[in-house]
Amino acid sequence: MKESQFVALREKEWLAWDLWLEGNKRQSRAKRQAASITLENLPSAFRRLCHDVSLARDRHYSSVLIDALQQRVLAAHQRVYGARGDLRRRWLVFLGAGLPRLVRAERRFVFAAAFLFFVPLLACILLAQIFPESVHYILSPDTTAEYERMYAPEAQRLGASAKDAADGQLALLMYYIGNNVQINFRCFAGGMLFGLGSVLLLIYNGLVIGMVAGYITEVGYIDTFWGFVAGHSAPELIGAVLSGAAGLKIGYALIAPGRRRRREALTEAARGAVRLLYGAAFLTFCAAFVESLWSPARSLPFALKIGVGLAFWGVLIAYFCLAGRGRHAA
Amino acid sequence: MNAANPIPRLDTIHRVLTPEGCELELRLAGGIIRARAWLIDFFFRMLFFSGCVFILSRSGRMGEALLFLLAFLLEWLYPVVFEVFCEGATPGKRFSGLVVLRDDGTPLDWSASVARNFLRAVDFLPFFYALGLVTMGLNREGKRLGDLLAGTLVVYRQTVPPPKVMDDDTKAEVLPFTLTEAEQRALIEYRLRAPGFSRARAGELAQLATPLIAELPPDAARERLVHLGNYLLGRGALAARTEEAG
Repeated sequence: MKESQFVALREKEWLAWDLWLEGNKRQSRAKRQAASITLENLPSAFRRLCHDVSLARDRHYSSVLIDALQQRVLAAHQRVYGARGDLRRRWLVFLGAGLPRLVRAERRFVFAAAFLFFVPLLACILLAQIFPESVHYILSPDTTAEYERMYAPEAQRLGASAKDAADGQLALLMYYIGNNVQINFRCFAGGMLFGLGSVLLLIYNGLVIGMVAGYITEVGYIDTFWGFVAGHSAPELIGAVLSGAAGLKIGYALIAPGRRRRREALTEAARGAVRLLYGAAFLTFCAAFVESLWSPARSLPFALKIGVGLAFWGVLIAYFCLAGRGRHAA
Repeated sequence: MNAANPIPRLDTIHRVLTPEGCELELRLAGGIIRARAWLIDFFFRMLFFSGCVFILSRSGRMGEALLFLLAFLLEWLYPVVFEVFCEGATPGKRFSGLVVLRDDGTPLDWSASVARNFLRAVDFLPFFYALGLVTMGLNREGKRLGDLLAGTLVVYRQTVPPPKVMDDDTKAEVLPFTLTEAEQRALIEYRLRAPGFSRARAGELAQLATPLIAELPPDAARERLVHLGNYLLGRGALAARTEEAG
């Protein structure tokens, strides 16, 4: 069959495809209905279109015709296989059940990240009590002085440097969101360096946070410091651990891809890792609100602040251990 | 056809097999055009940011905090949001005619876009996307690390070429001798594109096909090739009668 005969024979259906693709893109109902491609005949029509491309190639028709046909197939392929579900509902399901399930499924990485983060953190707190000078190995004198001022009992606003103390709570909230969520993102990306980036960031953040906590405790500002950090410690530290776990998962897929090609293992790991990162970013995002709105309040009693902080830890741990265990929670 | 070919072709065409068994061809984008797209995006971001600086700088420290948050959002979420909501292309990619697709040719979803764009932090190392560029040179699909992780491709957005013959010359001539498939294809391509060339250029090209045009002058040679092309395409009265011969 000559090319022009082929075109004459099939052109009507191709135009119908053009209408369908166009109508779908612009969401115009009238156009979509005008097209003769319907939900019922779409699969067979799509197969016919694919068949046309193969025929055109096999018969060495002109590349103009083949290109035009191929573009229709690509556009239809993207509409058919690229369809997404209702995102809003999926988010709720993810937070309600998907995230804790994922964390339990990836507990190897979560525990590894927690180990890498909390061991230096706790070690530094202890170290600062036993050898107070050790703080200078990790923090510069300027930094220590700054932190000392931030948590001094006479500080106007807890946890904020003198410069920032003049800001409103909303301004601090924005700083916290930008800064802390960004650390999560970096920790995730660092996994691509065979996990080294994540490991180093986890250890480094553990060291710094632990040293600051140890130093301030050693100085004796226990009420102000621990009262301040207690509230947001749970979401923020767990967020840091989860983002580290996401990075470790990527790094592990690179180092030990198992019985798959490294690239496939990587793409597969990315799906879970990104979801872990969503959880991490969400927790850190929430922590920023607590940190800017609740934690700096000076009028509240120390015991209450510690109590609320511990309650957050309890709730979050219970959430990760228990949520999403229902029959068909997903 | 190409699956049986053991020697990989040295070009930027990437083939995707759809579930229907149809092979789609995508044209991969290289480092230069992607750098251009990035620069355009960078320019847009700077423009937007400086506009915001201009407006917010008067609102004191609150404005400063807002700018800080904005810088964070522009750096991390700008590409993700555009790629998810604007058919896989940031404004810079759109201006450069690029689009990001998943390895199977379908549009990006949130996860893939987040993975590939957050990895910019690593691709950027140690300076100005050096790691990303080296990685692009090391794999056949020109992927940077973010693309490897997310399983995505950056390809050229295909523009629709004119699908029809643009002139009304329907005279056909029978081929004087049998042509190979490649030669027939070349002739068809010439016939379809000839109306788009200048007359002189079309004549010049036509004279390259020496055995077909004998000693004809450029204009007559062009006409001859167009008629032969018409025959191969099945245009014109003669072709209808001699269909079996083709």
